Amino acid sequence: MKAIFSLLMVLALVVIATVGAGAAKMQTIFAYCIPGTAFVIFLVGFVCKIISWAKSPVPFRIPTTGGQQQSLDWIPQNKWDNPSTGPQTFMRMVLEVLTFRSLFRNTKVVLKHDDGKNPIVAYVSAKWLWLFAILFHYGFLIVAVRHLRLFLQPVPAPLAFLDWSDSVLQILTPAIYISDLLLLTGLTMLLARRFIDAKVRYISLVNDYFPLFLILAIALSGVYMRYIVKVDVMSIKDVAMGLATFNFKVPAGVDVSFFVHIFLVSTLLVYFPFSKLMHMGGVFLSPTRNMPNDTRMVHYENVWNNPAIKPHSYEAYEDDFREPMFEAGLPLDKSPEDAA
Amino acid sequence: MKLYNGGKIITGLVIFLGVFLAPFAYNMGKAAYSQPKLKMPENEKECIESKEFMRTKHMQLLNDWRDWSLRDGKWVYVNSKGKEFEMSLQKTCMKCHTNKAEFCDKCHNDAAVTPYCWDCHIQPEGLKK
Repeated sequence: MKAIFSLLMVLALVVIATVGAGAAKMQTIFAYCIPGTAFVIFLVGFVCKIISWAKSPVPFRIPTTGGQQQSLDWIPQNKWDNPSTGPQTFMRMVLEVLTFRSLFRNTKVVLKHDDGKNPIVAYVSAKWLWLFAILFHYGFLIVAVRHLRLFLQPVPAPLAFLDWSDSVLQILTPAIYISDLLLLTGLTMLLARRFIDAKVRYISLVNDYFPLFLILAIALSGVYMRYIVKVDVMSIKDVAMGLATFNFKVPAGVDVSFFVHIFLVSTLLVYFPFSKLMHMGGVFLSPTRNMPNDTRMVHYENVWNNPAIKPHSYEAYEDDFREPMFEAGLPLDKSPEDAA
Repeated sequence: MKLYNGGKIITGLVIFLGVFLAPFAYNMGKAAYSQPKLKMPENEKECIESKEFMRTKHMQLLNDWRDWSLRDGKWVYVNSKGKEFEMSLQKTCMKCHTNKAEFCDKCHNDAAVTPYCWDCHIQPEGLKK
């Protein structure tokens, strides 16, 4: 139900763009106004979200990490899993952000049986989520970077090289992009995982399905533009360069699928700062990842202690409430007579 | 309100904004973009198919021509108006579009596309400079 609802929302977006830019001829709005606004919302929303997170006090170090902490000299420390200095922690963050090591550690519960057919609960490695995630993220990254060819003039040589190497298979005309395959495979598998695994399906929400369907729709509309209708890339570069140089021309000769594509991307940009997609910035603020395990070396002061609230001892508490406590028959350190 | 680890947070946000605003900085101060002007053939006004078809689907046509001629042995292409052409990049296309640098490369460079036509075909004048 949640999946169907998400799918319907994405289809509604497609219809809005098709009708708006096609039948209603609002091409300038769909080409410039909506993407421009969406981009501003994305940047401002992203920064505001990070600032709001940065206002939360940093907790005490959480050293629940897989690896031997710094200990006696003759016990080897696992420096990247349980770092105690800044550079080691930096290394852990780099590996986390680039290779998703937390997902690599994913396990699942299985019920096994020993020789006597007695049930044993076991935790076994489950790498699929990591694999799908890494396919999807790197596919998406390359696809996004490749799109810069439409926003930069002249196209820098590294981008031209990226485009060449991404299409190096020389299959189909125009040549198929490897990153398209990675992105679509990753997305489909991540979506299938939510459908097939009953436990994951049970905890999946609209805000899990919606971004998956939305990005899938973006990828499919891009594939449709490139391989099926074969849109006029140069008129699209005209529009994209208009956005990147604030030099807006009325779009001419652009297929309606382009407006669908760019409208879906705009939706993604607007949705981004308010959704779980903010893990793009949030991963850098992961408390279990970005803090060294140095609680035995550095004093930690609880930052959310209010200095205006003074320590209140039990004796003072009893002084405040001695009479009612005595009447209720509670045990007292000092009876009312002693205190008087 | 206090920011915790404010220095690192601000540095991260500056990098974030820098990455996402870099395309604007890159294009700053350059003339407004317009599609490249192609050098059109002087003695021929009409291409094999319509202008719109050629703009969007020429790569598909060239790919089909290669398959039909070299793999299936059919060398004659009949266009949508019934006119016949020999399916040959060098004898038909480049008879009119003589200069690769003034025609093909113009758009391909702007779109960062590197077609593999010239892996096999003899490079026409224009590339040699």
